[in-house]
Amino acid sequence: MSEHTPLPDAGRGRDLPMARSMCWHCQSEMTGEYFCGRCVKVQPLSKELDYFTCLNLPRKLNLDEQALEETFYALSRSFHPDYYATKDESEKAISLGNTALLNTAYRTLKDPVQRAEYLIRLEAGSAKDIRTSPPADLFDEILELQEDLEEFRSLSAGESDARRQELLEKLQVERQALEARKAQMETRLREQFSRWDALPSDGAVTGQAQKDAVLTGMQEILSNRTYVKNIVNDLVAATSPTGEDGRNIWH
Amino acid sequence: MALIVGIDLGTTNSLVAHMAGNGPRVIPGARGQTKVPSIVGLTDNGLLVGDPAKEHLVRDPSRTIYSVKRFMGKAVSDVADELKYFPYTLQEKGGVIRIQVGEKTYSPPQVSAMILKELKLRAEAHLGEEITKAVITVPAYFNDSQRQATKDAGLIAGLEVLRIINEPTAASLAYGLQMNTQGHVAVYDLGGGTFDISILKLKDGIFEVLATNGNTHLGGDDFDRRLVDAVIRDIDALHGVKVEDSPELMQTVRLEAEKTKILLSDEHQAHMAVTLPDGKGTYERTWSRDEFEALVQDLVEQTMTPCRHALSDAGLETGQIDEVVLVGGSIRMPVIRSRVQALFGQTPHCDLNPDEVVALGAAVQAGILAGENTEMLLLDVTPLSLGIETMGNVMSTLIRRNTTIPTSAKEMFTTYVDGQTGVDIHVLQGERELVKDNRSLARFQLKVPPLPAAVPRIEVTFLIDANGILNVTASDIRTGESQSVQVKPSYGLTDEEVETMIRESFQFAAEDIKARQAIEAKTEADAIIMATEKALKRGAGLIPADEIQSIHNAIDELRAVLTQEDHRLIRARMADAEKVTHHLAEALMDATLKEALESKKLSEVTD
Repeated sequence: MSEHTPLPDAGRGRDLPMARSMCWHCQSEMTGEYFCGRCVKVQPLSKELDYFTCLNLPRKLNLDEQALEETFYALSRSFHPDYYATKDESEKAISLGNTALLNTAYRTLKDPVQRAEYLIRLEAGSAKDIRTSPPADLFDEILELQEDLEEFRSLSAGESDARRQELLEKLQVERQALEARKAQMETRLREQFSRWDALPSDGAVTGQAQKDAVLTGMQEILSNRTYVKNIVNDLVAATSPTGEDGRNIWH
Repeated sequence: MALIVGIDLGTTNSLVAHMAGNGPRVIPGARGQTKVPSIVGLTDNGLLVGDPAKEHLVRDPSRTIYSVKRFMGKAVSDVADELKYFPYTLQEKGGVIRIQVGEKTYSPPQVSAMILKELKLRAEAHLGEEITKAVITVPAYFNDSQRQATKDAGLIAGLEVLRIINEPTAASLAYGLQMNTQGHVAVYDLGGGTFDISILKLKDGIFEVLATNGNTHLGGDDFDRRLVDAVIRDIDALHGVKVEDSPELMQTVRLEAEKTKILLSDEHQAHMAVTLPDGKGTYERTWSRDEFEALVQDLVEQTMTPCRHALSDAGLETGQIDEVVLVGGSIRMPVIRSRVQALFGQTPHCDLNPDEVVALGAAVQAGILAGENTEMLLLDVTPLSLGIETMGNVMSTLIRRNTTIPTSAKEMFTTYVDGQTGVDIHVLQGERELVKDNRSLARFQLKVPPLPAAVPRIEVTFLIDANGILNVTASDIRTGESQSVQVKPSYGLTDEEVETMIRESFQFAAEDIKARQAIEAKTEADAIIMATEKALKRGAGLIPADEIQSIHNAIDELRAVLTQEDHRLIRARMADAEKVTHHLAEALMDATLKEALESKKLSEVTD
């Protein structure tokens, strides 16, 4: 899908906001992007910098993954602390802060779900934090599933093996059904991605209602998906013989 | 820019390397050996490190410390089940193990510092300049406490640790230089005490770690122990001797087991012989490779689970791995090679010396930090999730495992009751749900101005730096003021303790210098005594009898102070002796000249 999304040229040449328009070191006016044109010192990235801008990408959801990686590698080469080991403490601190921000930005945008959650936060503000809620049509089914899971956990191996086996099979069937459901949600999420990307990006007031509709739609899918994902994880933990999460990592 | 060395501080062996013009080189010792056994002997006559300490181990096990890396960043309870293999007693202070040797106790970073110092001296002797900066490697799966302990060891040794890097990624840098590979690489690193698996993506000089996993308590030592346990049972059954009761015998068995394991990597059979004490005879047995492999089969399997977890975290299938690289001394065991080959479905690389490759990679990283290499860049990850304790003894994750470092997470804290002036924060590392199943890293208290409940807003930033070490800062959102946070490590030395240890290490160094000076003075005094006695025999008739007597007296006095460790006193008596022998020396010189002249005259006559 990503290759069909044209990268607007506007995204490339955008002004990259720096913490100040003046170099922190020589106080001359900043001309370069990340480095002072005069004293060549690295400049701190603004704390308000959003991740899309940081990685030089348009605020789209189907993004060019190769461009994302290339920009990430290029900026890592500009900021990474390994290249500042011989510099003074101020530059080291800027390098550390910039790289930490860059790494978070890259990690967030690389993963489609985190990318969508981030975009919703960015567009709709912190007030609309994503809650996790069960899909309305699955409510009764999940309630019954939770009871079965509870009962299965309470039965230890060796006693009432027949009932245990019965529950295990039932839970495994449920797990498969929920995994299919999760995949379905992810497909729907991708559809919303395309809808978002097709919206006019000129920030016209008329577009706001459309924007909100897509964001709300995505938000609902995401909260349902997280809910289903958590149940699937619980099912995997309870029913897999080795106990995926039961490993003691300290030994 | 002062030279930066790369150090592999291993469980069994340590090495130091540097960037020579055309590539990384391991720095050899005086006899050409590259490995320094990670063993420290604290004898009455001074400190022994490396090979001499290894020789000392069987003679005086209770004063010889080995495998100290297993104790780094640990409490006694963490290592309780392996104590029987160690000849020394452990204590604990402030969550840090202290190894008891005679009257004194030593923390693991102090012992590691002794090894680091030896490497530092070796590098200085070889390169002819003072070394103050280093890159030190640690297992990728080391937690924050273990990394911090390693950094402390560097400080105590007088080294500025510019970077802590992960052993498998260091190895990948060394291999990357050599092979120029692109794509996905799995590095399987089984050392003396630790196991790591790292999955990397190599592209245009960027070494991006996608996932790492491991076990910081699984290595060659554990393979030895399987054989040790079997031999202990054998000796008890056949000879009625309890090996555990004799620390010397235990060490002999341990070293024999290690030797047998190493032999079985090349041979299909190995003969083992252990002389038992008190004339109880000799234990002898021939071990086959199959027998040995049966003893360690589950250990080999234990390395497979982390491999699968790392692959799954990297989002890759085994078929998507382009190259597999084997690192660490333990990969010489054929059973390891075949198991790794079976898992990844391809022949793994082990072209570079598995003992040296990590140190070589550390030197490559040192070159990057020095600005000499701008082609390569390592993007590493934190191996374990970081979080804080929340209500209900549950860990709330702030930074997930396998997140590229440096990285930070922010968390807002407020108060529950009016006028509350502090908020306690407990930082944890691990993948489990409950606080008790994770590793406690540190605790600290935020200072809050007395205000109505929920009004204060303190933002805490948890930053994991490029060394994988946690830094905590806090700021009051209302006032914009930042506050310093005094983090108390749960399993680490405090800053004050490290400072004391640095001072003590200078003091030890001073003691070492004193001991060396005394030894030098004694050697010179011995030479003077010998030369004077020889001169007295030859020149007895050349000087008056009272002078001969005063020479005898001076030599006796010099001999008398040789039992003392005071080099100044020895040198003072040496000066006295030289003064009274002055005339004798002149007389002898004259006599010799005269002889020479006479023989010359004689030769003139005969001519």
